[in-house]
Amino acid sequence: MNIGSFLLMRQEILLLAIILLLIICEIFISQNKKSSIIHLAIFLFGIHTIVGFFAIEESEIFGGMFRTNGLIHFFKNVLNIGVLIILLQSADWLQEKIVHENRGTEFFVLLFSSLLGMYFMISSGDFLMFYLGLELSMLPVAALAAYETTQRKSSEAGIKLILSSALASGVSLFGISMLYATTGSIYFNDIIEVITATNLSILGLILFFAGLGFKISLVPFHFWTADVYEGAPISIASYLSVISKGAAIFILMILLFTVLKPLMHIWENIIYVIAVATMFIGNLFALRQQNMKRFLAFSSIAQAGFILLGLIIGNQLGAATVVYFVLVYVFSNLAAFGVVQAISLRTGKEKMSDYEGLYRTNPNLSLVMMLALFSLAGIPPVAGFFGKFFLFTAAASEGYYILVFIAVVNVTISLYYYLLVVRAMFLRQSDTAIPFFKNNLYMRLGLIIAVLGILILGIYSPVYDYIYELSKNIL
Amino acid sequence: MDIISLFIIVPLLTILVLVFTKGLKQARIISMIGSIIQFGMAINLVFAYFKERAVNDAIMVFTKDVVWYEQFNIHYNIGVDGISVALLLLTTIVVLAGVFISWKMKDLPKEFFISLIVLSIGVYGFFISLDLFMMFVFFEIAVIPMYLLIGIWGSGPKEHSAMKLTLMLMGASAVLLVAILGIYFNSNADGGPLTFNILEIAQVNIPIEAQIIFFPLTFIGFAVIGALFPFHTWSPDGHASAPTAVSMLHAGVLMKLGGYGIFRVAMFLLPEGALYWSWFFIILATIGVIYGAFAAIKQTDLKYINAYSSVSHLSLVLFALLMLNKTAWNGAIIQSLSHGFMTALFFALIGMIYERTHTRDVTKLGGLLKVIPFISVIYVIAGLASLGLPGFSGFIAEMNIFVGAFQHDNMFYRVATIISVSAILVTAVYILRVVGIMLMGPVKNEAYLNLEKVTWYEKTGILLLLIPIVGIGVAPLWLSNMILESLQPFIQGVLQ
Repeated sequence: MNIGSFLLMRQEILLLAIILLLIICEIFISQNKKSSIIHLAIFLFGIHTIVGFFAIEESEIFGGMFRTNGLIHFFKNVLNIGVLIILLQSADWLQEKIVHENRGTEFFVLLFSSLLGMYFMISSGDFLMFYLGLELSMLPVAALAAYETTQRKSSEAGIKLILSSALASGVSLFGISMLYATTGSIYFNDIIEVITATNLSILGLILFFAGLGFKISLVPFHFWTADVYEGAPISIASYLSVISKGAAIFILMILLFTVLKPLMHIWENIIYVIAVATMFIGNLFALRQQNMKRFLAFSSIAQAGFILLGLIIGNQLGAATVVYFVLVYVFSNLAAFGVVQAISLRTGKEKMSDYEGLYRTNPNLSLVMMLALFSLAGIPPVAGFFGKFFLFTAAASEGYYILVFIAVVNVTISLYYYLLVVRAMFLRQSDTAIPFFKNNLYMRLGLIIAVLGILILGIYSPVYDYIYELSKNIL
Repeated sequence: MDIISLFIIVPLLTILVLVFTKGLKQARIISMIGSIIQFGMAINLVFAYFKERAVNDAIMVFTKDVVWYEQFNIHYNIGVDGISVALLLLTTIVVLAGVFISWKMKDLPKEFFISLIVLSIGVYGFFISLDLFMMFVFFEIAVIPMYLLIGIWGSGPKEHSAMKLTLMLMGASAVLLVAILGIYFNSNADGGPLTFNILEIAQVNIPIEAQIIFFPLTFIGFAVIGALFPFHTWSPDGHASAPTAVSMLHAGVLMKLGGYGIFRVAMFLLPEGALYWSWFFIILATIGVIYGAFAAIKQTDLKYINAYSSVSHLSLVLFALLMLNKTAWNGAIIQSLSHGFMTALFFALIGMIYERTHTRDVTKLGGLLKVIPFISVIYVIAGLASLGLPGFSGFIAEMNIFVGAFQHDNMFYRVATIISVSAILVTAVYILRVVGIMLMGPVKNEAYLNLEKVTWYEKTGILLLLIPIVGIGVAPLWLSNMILESLQPFIQGVLQ
């Protein structure tokens, strides 16, 4: 092992450097210029995102504990883009609420630490690294969820998140220990060769799956989701719903498709049942939500149910469609969260009924929201449609027609509640509509990137082809 | 640039320009220019088609095939035959007339015209697609603007109607999606690659079991938008709440997607399934024909009368398609066209009457012939065309359908045909009843005596729709020939 092989970890090292740099800068920035830390952090992270696009070779270090390949590297970039959009969208909020309390730097440090955890989690080559990454990605977020210290709901969200994720990690660890008991190894490469379907290994699989299910907020592990999203600051809610969920789905996919592949006949049944339950519960609960954050919480539960349709087939096509859908989902969901955040910050309004007549006062925000919702609902020609169509194609390729049928029924249900928001914004007129306001540059940039993603990713097919090529590597 | 892709590019450019316009005047001028260009393109396409057809006997002409998603074998694949050319022409005329009828759209005019044109892109794209995936994409693009068009600019219980319409049509398209995936994954039955290409799939012998499963899904997926009983309930509410131009496009063009899709996809790709299931859907279509006609008798709202009449007429299209023979199919296509012009004309007239009298209730109107003679006379003409009077398009269509249907010497088919024929009589009842109450007799309301005169843009819109109705009725042969030629490969495919 030489210095050069450390470069495989350059994303991690660079992010760590940014974290340390921010801490050092915190000391030297004078009291009345605290807000410059926001510009600095966004600038540094923007560079980090761009640097991430340089290709990386496939290899592993630390005796196989840490590995990387094209798909993992690509997914880290997806996470980077998502975090960058979140940073842009929350700049305003940080400026107004957080910085003057001297807690700006900590926000970035905690957020980046969590992202670092996710890097390690999805790059892990054994269960130890996986578990460390999982913990590192979760603990800082719990602190961030309670970041609005003056709000009781925020503290409540923090406590709920830390308790439920601690439980989930515990369950997951218990499952891992059982897998270790049956196979005698924690290295993925070793486990693949010896794992067989015994009672103990199946129980291990189920417990492990349940632990990750918490993070993805699959039914029946979804109870924390709506409360935490509602209480946490919106940027953290969007982080949880996009980045945290995306990373968990990705590592779950990698593990199921490679390490746990010999147990496929078991986990495909589990996924089938959970997919149906998640889609129905998520959609039916979303129907009656009035608070936009809770609404998006249930919508993102339902979206996770759709993603399982790509997971169930366990091959290259499944991997490609899942990664592509997550990519599209990052842009769509962040566009929706961005609009909610902008409105919440300027007016404090978060109810769906507050959005009535929004188009006539704030046409641009309404259009962004509409595109985002159409993308989430899967209406062409925006990207969400292609993401869903490919997931359904993947499931149908292995003959899961009934499951696809259930999914399309759910798409129709989901269309109803997405249209409720469109109805409020476009069809209704209100005297108490949210008055016109201008967003700052960062927020606009964040929304524009998200909208461009929504508009381009579907029609521009090489993105999918690229992901499909990369997906070869994992199998 | 090929001349078919222009049908997508020109409306897109129109939208792009519309985004930068301000106010009603600019918006309507731009929309008018855009639709006139499209109309010109359609006329040009008709002549180009005849020229091309003389030297090219492929099923589809002016084809263009570009790979889009290689992994799934999805292509940007377009082309037209006589049927799509005729339907494209219908669409451009209805869109142009719609723009003229919406000349005084006061509320959010820019957004209105943009939504209208997005809808028309969906329709154009649907008619030129030769790829199932593309077809599906355009199908949804055509449906979703209806939500905004009815919800924002509609009247009455518009939110309810808009939601009902969108959910029912998108629900149908969800069913259709399963069917398309089913067809796709069976398209390699003969050992070839998986494909969405309609012409390639037609060469494949899809296993009969698969056809039997996926034919009803395909059929229902398309038939909901073609107002198949009992899935027609979105249509009357939607029509009644929609603004005039939207009703026109909706009934005149959008509902034609159903019949066209059934013909192009369900019948063409799954012929065995069609034979297996036709009896069941013939029953539904026959019920639709009769039910629509009788429901129209009982209505007093002009839009509801016309909406139920559309259900009846379009069920007749489905009925004819299910007869699986050339004459009936020819009738089905002509009926689609003729109904498109006729119903658009009706809705335009109803909109004009409503604008002047502020009511659509037949019982409150009377003696309009004396006050607004232009509108009234055209209304009578449209009514006569609708009840199938010789000399108008409706007659040619229904004649073909019933002659074709009666060619089956099976008792079941004949009974269904006889029941359907009787709907013509009922049609006469509700048309003449409206004409009698609304147009004849004394003027019921003093205020009606000084109604606004018909303006030039209204006249233009009306004439645009009236000319083809009479044209098809008087000289049906060129259209009939164009359609019959294009039907040949489909008939061969199904009868084999």
